[in-house]
Amino acid sequence: MCGIVGLLIKNPTLRDSLGELMVPMLIGMSERGPDSAGLAVFTDTVKEPYRKYSLYAAQEFDWQILGDYLRSTIANHSKLIAHGNHASLITDIDSKQLKQWITEQHPSLHLLATGRTIDLYKDTGHPARIADRYQFHLFKGTHVVGHTRMATESAVTPAHAHPFTAGEDFCLVHNGSLSNPYEIRRKLEPQGIQFETDNDTEAACRFLEWRMREGDDLESAIEKGFQELDGFYTFLMGTADKLALVRDAFACKPAVVAETDDYVAIASEYQSLAHLPDIDHAHLYEPNPEEMYVWTI
Amino acid sequence: MDDLTFDLNQTPLRQVNQFLHDNLQQYAGQPVRIFHPNGAHNIAVGVNAPIEIDIFGHTGYYTAGMNQLANITIHGNAGPGVAENMMSGRVHVKGFASVSAGASAHGGLLIIDGDASLRCGISLKGADIVVGGNVGSFSAFMAQAGRMVICGNTGDALGDSLYEAVIYVRGTIKSLGADAQVEPMADQDYEAVNELLTKADFTFDPNEFQRIASAKQLYHWNADANQEY
Repeated sequence: MCGIVGLLIKNPTLRDSLGELMVPMLIGMSERGPDSAGLAVFTDTVKEPYRKYSLYAAQEFDWQILGDYLRSTIANHSKLIAHGNHASLITDIDSKQLKQWITEQHPSLHLLATGRTIDLYKDTGHPARIADRYQFHLFKGTHVVGHTRMATESAVTPAHAHPFTAGEDFCLVHNGSLSNPYEIRRKLEPQGIQFETDNDTEAACRFLEWRMREGDDLESAIEKGFQELDGFYTFLMGTADKLALVRDAFACKPAVVAETDDYVAIASEYQSLAHLPDIDHAHLYEPNPEEMYVWTI
Repeated sequence: MDDLTFDLNQTPLRQVNQFLHDNLQQYAGQPVRIFHPNGAHNIAVGVNAPIEIDIFGHTGYYTAGMNQLANITIHGNAGPGVAENMMSGRVHVKGFASVSAGASAHGGLLIIDGDASLRCGISLKGADIVVGGNVGSFSAFMAQAGRMVICGNTGDALGDSLYEAVIYVRGTIKSLGADAQVEPMADQDYEAVNELLTKADFTFDPNEFQRIASAKQLYHWNADANQEY
């Protein structure tokens, strides 16, 4: 069991309240996933050639080292904000160079997400405490993808928490279990795609991102996912401008959608939606099995 | 607020359910009203008294599960497993019902005004279910006894591996499950549909329904079938 939440704000005046609206959604799914939680928030887009990096330190880390590295490299106006063992970095430094420096010099640092709009946080522990630790309620942005995890198939570590990411500005959360993640891995690894965990969700995430890198749009990638990804799942995906929701052909894993003129909100159970403004007048429905639901900001 | 009105924003659900499990005879004839369910699980589960219960809002898992004798109305949508294992009484969902509505229900009547999701009436054991809208795939899977009236359309594999339960469908059937077959309507079928539609307060014409029941080919193991069911 796991809990999924998603919120896309249609009314721009509500975008400053994204975090405030979403935190009760995430905490509402704690019973479905009390061991880890995570969240990807899509905020203002940074200009080219800048990139945003969400970093996680497995051990205590002196973020000053990263600051010094940036100053010693040709990087203009880099911005580094550390929250405990998380940090978000905006820089124009070459991404390959940065990734190489992390891998070689600081292997205890994990790169959680890269992109121009995405910020990502994930950690182990009760969702309410994680939300508190990283002050999720202050987040502003257009849309958010969140997850509470009850591990069933791989270890409880920050790296195994959701959302998973691949490429840039793409993330995926999952409730369910895939039956063929190793088959997917065996297909992707020869293409040079590297996996960071043994988690089944990572296989789905990297598969879909691989399809998009090969030229598919999100919808065609998901269509191929229906053919290739086997198991019981509800997937919620975020890109720079979209939120996408799908369930397997048997609709084994729950999901409820609430739409108003102001927002579209998604959760595994209605109890995570009950506090949302004007929810009594929302268009409320359950997504159909193997049907694609995509919303654009 | 009188004694029989509960607001789940104020009163813990456990306390409300405890009240519903205690001897309610002294309140016979007085309806129990529950406000702000907010998707909570297990509301009014295990009630065993001829009492009226109205729930105003959307509920979570297993609302009115194992119901005996009570007449429970959900003025909203119901989550997974509403009226699961109901024994008697009546459960009425005014909105839509999520998956596995009325699963394994032994008796009583479940009415769903809107659509029911997948696996409605799975393993039905004797209850009656009337759905005003459509039902999802795998509905009435392995249903053993009881009747289902579906006023809308059905998803895939309706009535897969049915036993003695009978299904009446007004709309289109996307596909029948293994061993399910459409059969001619007899007088008693029209009567049954009429009776259930009347109880559920729907005004459809029983003549518009068709009967689905088991072909009974799965009742005995056939070693030569080569798994081709």
